Amino acid sequence: MKKFLIAFLVLMGICLGLSVGAQQLTKSTGDTGSKVLNLYNWGDYIAPTLLTKFQKETGYHVNVETFDSNEAMYTKIKQGGTSYDLTVPSDYMVQKMKADHMLIPLDKSRLTGMRNYGHSFMNKSFDPGNRYSIPYFWGTLGIIYNDQSIKLGQLAHWDQLWDSKYRDDIMLIDSARDIMGFTLISQHHSVNTTNTPELLAARDKLNKLSPNVKAIVADEIKMYMAEGEAPIAVDWSGEASEMMSQNSHLHYVVPTEGSNMWFDNLVIPKTAKHFKAIYAFLNFMNQPKNAAQNAEYIGYATPNTAAFKLLPKSVRDDKQFYPSQKVLDKLEVYSNLSPEKVQQYNDLYLEFKMHH
Amino acid sequence: MKRSFRAMFYTPYFLWLALFVIAPVGLIFYYSFFNIRHQFTFDNYATFFSSGTYLTMTANSVLYAFLITLISLVISYPMALVISRLRHRDLWILLVILPTWINLLLKAYAFIGLLSHDGLVNQLFGLVGIPAQHMLFTDASFILVASYIQIPFMILPIYNSLTDISDSYIKASHDLGATNWQTLTKVIFPMTMPGVKSGIQIVFIPSLSLFMLSRLIGGNKIITLGTAVEEHFLTTMNWGMGSTIGVVLIIAMVIAMMLTNTQRKRRRQA
Repeated sequence: MKKFLIAFLVLMGICLGLSVGAQQLTKSTGDTGSKVLNLYNWGDYIAPTLLTKFQKETGYHVNVETFDSNEAMYTKIKQGGTSYDLTVPSDYMVQKMKADHMLIPLDKSRLTGMRNYGHSFMNKSFDPGNRYSIPYFWGTLGIIYNDQSIKLGQLAHWDQLWDSKYRDDIMLIDSARDIMGFTLISQHHSVNTTNTPELLAARDKLNKLSPNVKAIVADEIKMYMAEGEAPIAVDWSGEASEMMSQNSHLHYVVPTEGSNMWFDNLVIPKTAKHFKAIYAFLNFMNQPKNAAQNAEYIGYATPNTAAFKLLPKSVRDDKQFYPSQKVLDKLEVYSNLSPEKVQQYNDLYLEFKMHH
Repeated sequence: MKRSFRAMFYTPYFLWLALFVIAPVGLIFYYSFFNIRHQFTFDNYATFFSSGTYLTMTANSVLYAFLITLISLVISYPMALVISRLRHRDLWILLVILPTWINLLLKAYAFIGLLSHDGLVNQLFGLVGIPAQHMLFTDASFILVASYIQIPFMILPIYNSLTDISDSYIKASHDLGATNWQTLTKVIFPMTMPGVKSGIQIVFIPSLSLFMLSRLIGGNKIITLGTAVEEHFLTTMNWGMGSTIGVVLIIAMVIAMMLTNTQRKRRRQA
């Protein structure tokens, strides 16, 4: 018993010492003076070389802290005690933060290079006129397939997923809006519909998909697809690019009949303090050269059209991640639904999951 | 003096009960009467008991928890019996408990590696000429992994009640002419019933809401009440409905406890 107690105390002491040490280390790198910018970003979502370049050009030091979900970011900023100058919510979360008065409008007179952004990526329903947000990266929802079991180009439409030859072959990302969304599109309805008969029809159609569904999983879907556990998956383009970097047999396609389009956006939360640094950073990121460098590092699609032109030809011509204008026009962004409708989407989705 | 001394011992216990048992359960009951707009309502219960989805889900949860408990029991009892007869039984029981030192998620991921299409099990099958099987995302694999995780919790109370039995009972049984089988069924088994019952309680109750495993190993093809609770709290923010399901789970657990307890009393009276 005594030995156990000693071992326990020693372990606690080591942990405490290490954590204090770690805090000291971060403190010494974190500049608390006025020449700083506190960026609250997704993990590994900015090219590190850009941060050093920004500091060299402007003298502002960027402190980066990371989050792994919109909800986690929202809760942390809402709880207070933070001093983030910029953060990167997705489309629906911009709308939610705006509704909860957590954002500061952009001062357009201090921004340069806004004309670099393509008109397809601006003035979206989640932030009309881009009063609060600048798009950072964008992407789509689509189908990933493995060319070892499915011939290249053979799978290009949502309706094909219902084909009986794909029995037990499909993995779905566990997300009510996305799964209901592509079913609604296959029935020529909007992904934002609030019409109950349309939603019920989507549920009925989804139930017919269940023999083809192998599993409905979350982040693990990347690992499963890379390892070839299933030949088909429905997932977001960002996840698809990660899978494809691990397995060259995988391909991504955005069905031409339409899909969801998502955006991650730079916004200024109410906790911001260093406004000179914020606008310096936003203008720095608006520059085509820098946005292109960032896009090459992250591998997601950039909404900065001027930057797009600077990307290598192989990337520009990649219809998987930069679909043609014709497809772009068909893509829909999710709008923030009322709690009752969110509930209905989720209830119907749950009924589909229960269906065998 | 004596009274204040006793109060000193009681106070932390009552505080613990009030803060960490009574208050959370009370809050779950309280929240279960509110809808998504924070208005007082009984609708959550009406929805639950009139919806085929939730009722099937409840039936599923109970069925899977029952199967997991049954399989753990069938494996655990003979194992506990054998271990209790071994020379270095403390070492063996330590080996049984060892997996509980590893985090549940890590164990689940290890099973993904074993059961996946190109996993170890299929590679072994390949060596003996059996074609690769689809094992992940099936009912069987879910029950297998859940039982594997629960077995140490079933073995331990059974093992403890087995080692509590004095050797003289077994000798007496043999002296009175009982066969080995009769000794086992008429003497040892009844005397270990308390251990079996606490094993059942410890395994059945958490098995009602194994939502991580039902997603990772079951691929969400098995939907239990835990899945619905997770969804109501994380995605739809409908805490009322989530709490209502929580209340139903609490009631199911109380029923499970009562079923395993009253039998013991009846046996004593007989």
